[in-house]
Amino acid sequence: MTGVADVLSAVCLITGALLSLIAAIGLVRFPDVLSRMHAATKPQVLGLLLILAGIGFRLRTGADITTLLLIAVFQLATAPVAAHMVGRAAYRSELVRRDLLLLDEAAEAADGGRDPAARLG
Amino acid sequence: MSSRAPWRGQLGAVVWLVLIWNLLFGEFTVGNVLGGLAVAALVLVVFPLPAVAFSGRLRPLPLLRFAARFVVDLVSASAQVAWSALRFGREPRSAVIAVPLRVPTDLNLTLTAEALSLVPGSLIVEVDREAGTLYVHVLDVRARADVERARAQVLALEARIVRATGSAEEVRLVQAASTDRGVAR
Repeated sequence: MTGVADVLSAVCLITGALLSLIAAIGLVRFPDVLSRMHAATKPQVLGLLLILAGIGFRLRTGADITTLLLIAVFQLATAPVAAHMVGRAAYRSELVRRDLLLLDEAAEAADGGRDPAARLG
Repeated sequence: MSSRAPWRGQLGAVVWLVLIWNLLFGEFTVGNVLGGLAVAALVLVVFPLPAVAFSGRLRPLPLLRFAARFVVDLVSASAQVAWSALRFGREPRSAVIAVPLRVPTDLNLTLTAEALSLVPGSLIVEVDREAGTLYVHVLDVRARADVERARAQVLALEARIVRATGSAEEVRLVQAASTDRGVAR
């Protein structure tokens, strides 16, 4: 039983670390801020969750697992907010590579007099 | 909490804060519960928040379905973005699409935006709260068909959330809309 948990722990830790590494590579390789935010929010969140699960399988004590759960909950609650704030700031300050956008319905709405940025102030 | 007494929301917040306080210490003791109550009271007095209008109810089965689908989406999204990050030779194209939600309440807007930000290649760049519209940046879009698929995915996610948390009327709203689309295609 202990052996199974240890193997699970190792698998989770290695997969989580790999995903975090790939997120870092994506952060460097993607062409603009908005694309980079995808790398910063997606593989990294799952990577952290896997690492937390790996630690949980290894420690196996109630007090540690509740702390790990808290970290997971706060990560899931805050990562989208951080990504949105950075993405919105980049979009509003025109730090977007327009040549990479297939279409931009936010700009279309702004042209049509329904500027979301202006409406929100 | 619109139809119920306002103190119900406050009570829920106190219970939640005490629970988190105890989890932070890693164990439930009388001292931790009392300390948690003191901190909860302080937080609620110093940082009063407007009540969240919650007119629906939680449905366990759709909630479970949403959670299961969320995990699947999280894994597939991570794999997709990881693949884009490692692939050589081509810069990923993207698009900003407008998705008007069918249930434009603050709660639904927030929950959908949160869940959306964590799953398949999507990032919220702008929110129009009055119109209940999310402007979503979608990664790795090649053609118009990809855009429409992304839009359908956002609406499907909204439908799953409304089925899990919305009122009966809101559920009817998303269900009616999805059958309309089915007929149109």
